[in-house]
Amino acid sequence: MDSEFLTDTSQQHSGIHTLEPKKWVELHADYLYNFAIVRLNDEEQARDLVQETFLSALEKTAGFRGESAERTWLTAILKYKIIDIYRKKAGSFAVNDKTGAPDNEPEFFDPDLNHWKKEHWPAPFGVEDKDPLHNKEFMGVLERCMSRLPSLWMSVFKLKHMDEENTEFICKELKLSSSNFWVIIHRAKVNLRSCLQKNWI
Amino acid sequence: MKKILKTDEERIAYNCRKATLLIEKKQDIELTAREKMELTLHLAGCYICRVYEEQSVLINSMMRKIFKGPKDPLKLDDEFKEQLKKKIKDKTGTN
Repeated sequence: MDSEFLTDTSQQHSGIHTLEPKKWVELHADYLYNFAIVRLNDEEQARDLVQETFLSALEKTAGFRGESAERTWLTAILKYKIIDIYRKKAGSFAVNDKTGAPDNEPEFFDPDLNHWKKEHWPAPFGVEDKDPLHNKEFMGVLERCMSRLPSLWMSVFKLKHMDEENTEFICKELKLSSSNFWVIIHRAKVNLRSCLQKNWI
Repeated sequence: MKKILKTDEERIAYNCRKATLLIEKKQDIELTAREKMELTLHLAGCYICRVYEEQSVLINSMMRKIFKGPKDPLKLDDEFKEQLKKKIKDKTGTN
């Protein structure tokens, strides 16, 4: 995201930044809209959030100290609104499973001995030495597998890999204990890996 | 007949569930000395978890690429933008 802020030429980089709410829609609405869409995959919700961001920003103008560009400041407000939505989604899981696992999650490991069940053994994908990151088909399979992940797991991955947030921040914002966080990462990865193997090989 | 794991070494050697959890942790934070020892010991004898580790690292890079890759930018429609401008104007109370 940082590089995108740098290309924001709407501000003069003379030190102190100022706010010009009259120009917000022209300058930042589409940017904020796209920022929200990639994180929520919901155009309707993204529209609402752009509006909410502008309106709550107007109430906070007194707190704007001109240390960051207008867009950076607005984006930070939007980001907290997105995390609020992540948190609300997380809160809708049953109390007995705080990790938000899907009901149909297979047992990958033997319940007593904890080794891989034979039918779930990881096998090489066969693309490892051929630059898989540039293999569009392979990336496409992973993308489809990701779209099936429960929303809490996806929120964790987005905070971690899209926003590069650290573990402590994610746990605090999503109200997860650190052990639940690791259980989520682990189970999500085991599921994702398995889905990739099943649909690729 | 059910297998019973008697020694610590045996428990570590069998515990792919824990080994894969440690593989995930390791990519993010420093493992404790004991965790490092257990993981090394486990991976030395477990080819499947070595495959898992390689793929887990790969999946992380793939996810980062997917999340950060260029997307076709969408635009809000003009009507919505006009409403938004009006709302901002009303709220700022400036003429």
